[in-house]
Amino acid sequence: MGRTLFDKLWDIHAVAESGDGAAFIAIDRVFLHERTGGVALKSLLEAGRAVKAPERVFCVMDHIVSFAEGRRRNDARSPGGSVFITETRAMAEKTGIALIDTDDARQGIVHVIAPELGVAVPGVSIVCPDSHTCSLGAFGVLAIGIGSSEAEHAMATGVMRVHKPKQLRIRIDGALAPDVTAKDLALHLITTYGADGGKRRAIEFCGAAVSAMDPEARLTLCNLAVEFAAFTAVMAPDDKIIRYVRGRPYAPSAAQSRAAEAHWAGLYTDDDAEFDGEIHIDAKDIAPFVTWGTSPEQAAPVDANVPAFDAPGGEKVERARQALSYMGLEPGAAFSDLSIDGAFIGSCTNGRLSDLRAAAAVLKGRKVAKGVRAVCVPGSKQVRAAAEDEGLDAIFKAAGFEWGAPGCAMCFYAGGETFAPQARVVSSTNRNFEGRQGPGVRTHLASPATVAASAVAGRIVGASSLGALEGAA
Amino acid sequence: MSAQRRSFLRHSGVAAPLLIDNIDTDQIIPSREMKAVSRDGLGEALFAGWRYQAPGGRTENPDFVLNRQAYRGAVFLIGGQNFGCGSSREHAVWALKEFGIRAIVAPSFGEIFFGNCIRNGILPIVADGGAVRALARFVEADPQDHLLTIDLPQQKVSAKGADKLEVDFEVDAYAKRLLTEGLDPIGLTLKREAEIEAFLSADAASRPWIYP
Repeated sequence: MGRTLFDKLWDIHAVAESGDGAAFIAIDRVFLHERTGGVALKSLLEAGRAVKAPERVFCVMDHIVSFAEGRRRNDARSPGGSVFITETRAMAEKTGIALIDTDDARQGIVHVIAPELGVAVPGVSIVCPDSHTCSLGAFGVLAIGIGSSEAEHAMATGVMRVHKPKQLRIRIDGALAPDVTAKDLALHLITTYGADGGKRRAIEFCGAAVSAMDPEARLTLCNLAVEFAAFTAVMAPDDKIIRYVRGRPYAPSAAQSRAAEAHWAGLYTDDDAEFDGEIHIDAKDIAPFVTWGTSPEQAAPVDANVPAFDAPGGEKVERARQALSYMGLEPGAAFSDLSIDGAFIGSCTNGRLSDLRAAAAVLKGRKVAKGVRAVCVPGSKQVRAAAEDEGLDAIFKAAGFEWGAPGCAMCFYAGGETFAPQARVVSSTNRNFEGRQGPGVRTHLASPATVAASAVAGRIVGASSLGALEGAA
Repeated sequence: MSAQRRSFLRHSGVAAPLLIDNIDTDQIIPSREMKAVSRDGLGEALFAGWRYQAPGGRTENPDFVLNRQAYRGAVFLIGGQNFGCGSSREHAVWALKEFGIRAIVAPSFGEIFFGNCIRNGILPIVADGGAVRALARFVEADPQDHLLTIDLPQQKVSAKGADKLEVDFEVDAYAKRLLTEGLDPIGLTLKREAEIEAFLSADAASRPWIYP
């Protein structure tokens, strides 16, 4: 029987069987950030252990760093947060791992810079104490989000002891409409099958709609696999991915690239391989989506309404009512009637150049509605520089957006200044959990284009509705 | 850290029901409560957003289950589906541990959270939804008297005076060993160092671009 892509990635890294059904999997790269990586380094040092291969461990400052223009290297966005930066830096220097500091030109959100730097290339295994590590599966990486203790284990031993997960293939046939993005596809999937729908499977995304995506959109789709309770996600690397990684700083050297690319050419699912489950989606069924609740599974097409929940129902309806109460929404409300207070574009989900371009295409020649605080924080310094080269920063600023210094920024609240309680915020991020963007803040997840359109309209609307709204005004 | 490792054998006590699906680690420990590069000091911030009346404050919200007199001293949680989904922050488990939670029974768990529990001496028990709801109804009737007993060696949850509610659960043999013996996973893996080194030298020959 043939093997799946995930089987092949697993086999490449299989060091030994554990003897009780698990396996020891070689970890090629460990990536840390200051929020959960620092404590892993600290624990390791306190136990008197060394980092086994410091040349294959990377650390970046992204979670707590200030996103204010002109920040200094220790400036945090939350009171007292500098300690995460300074302590992590000191331990990174002590252990000799590759540190990408706040003031480094390569700095940015870990899952944005891992591809940019060529740390994430096809066929490698990467762990990171961050749940969105699954993003990197888009490049044919065996990418696993873990806890801090597991990161400590990986650094000390070079391996992870883990049970091989079951596998699910999700095929997306056809073509997405021009105004529908990988973000909308992911929200559609999670809404259809539930936030637990991935059932701890390793998911392979494939099909014509995936092949048509650029590498950045693929990262967005895989990024949201964790919101679907997947173990991780993978995609077969194709020419687009190989062209993307070629020549990047930590990618195979020119001398090694021929052998590496020959190896990567085998990273696909064999025709006769079998999965534990299959889902088929037709891309034409998908519209721009927005969440209305406090779980990513609570989403609907932006041109539709908040579900009515008028029929008696069980726990799902009860849960929806609680979510609507937090969100300050009436069942059946039209999204386009909901006025907003904030808009945020950025994060490891939608903070890449193509995301900024999509938002800028909506914002060009328009203004953010009065009373809306709109913020764009590019996912990395390279994204920010590339956006500025194209003049995107000027478009954002002219529209009334703040233009921030790279990092996780307003994707999650860590203390300090944020939107006001009960503020309604449309956000290109990944989690609409209660309090995620601040106490009482009501987060609606959407694509960058929908966030931009909503910022302009002052209400929740898709980009394709904006012209008609303006004509009517 | 080995000094903090503890074992789990057989425990009895008060169980608190939190039958909400998709309780994420942002609820278990809000990021704003993570103030130091440390595993310690997080217990008082457990469920801070629900447990206290104002963000950052410590005035209890009397309606939250863990604040109710009947559930004081809870050592178990009975949770909904996908418990501990979301952020990988192990701080969620460190907060539960410091608060005194020893085990969580739920229909399913977030993958990373599940692993984090085992690393920290908390037993995550997967039970079907019907059994979970039955246990919750049982404890709600008289929380301070209707105690649960969780026996890891026997892989059994029992309800005081209610034999019908007994639940047998599965647990991976390695996780069981880590929990019952309070072992250090790094130390155990390092016993396989020779195999790891053999892999690395063979792999360096076949995938040299991995090894700078």
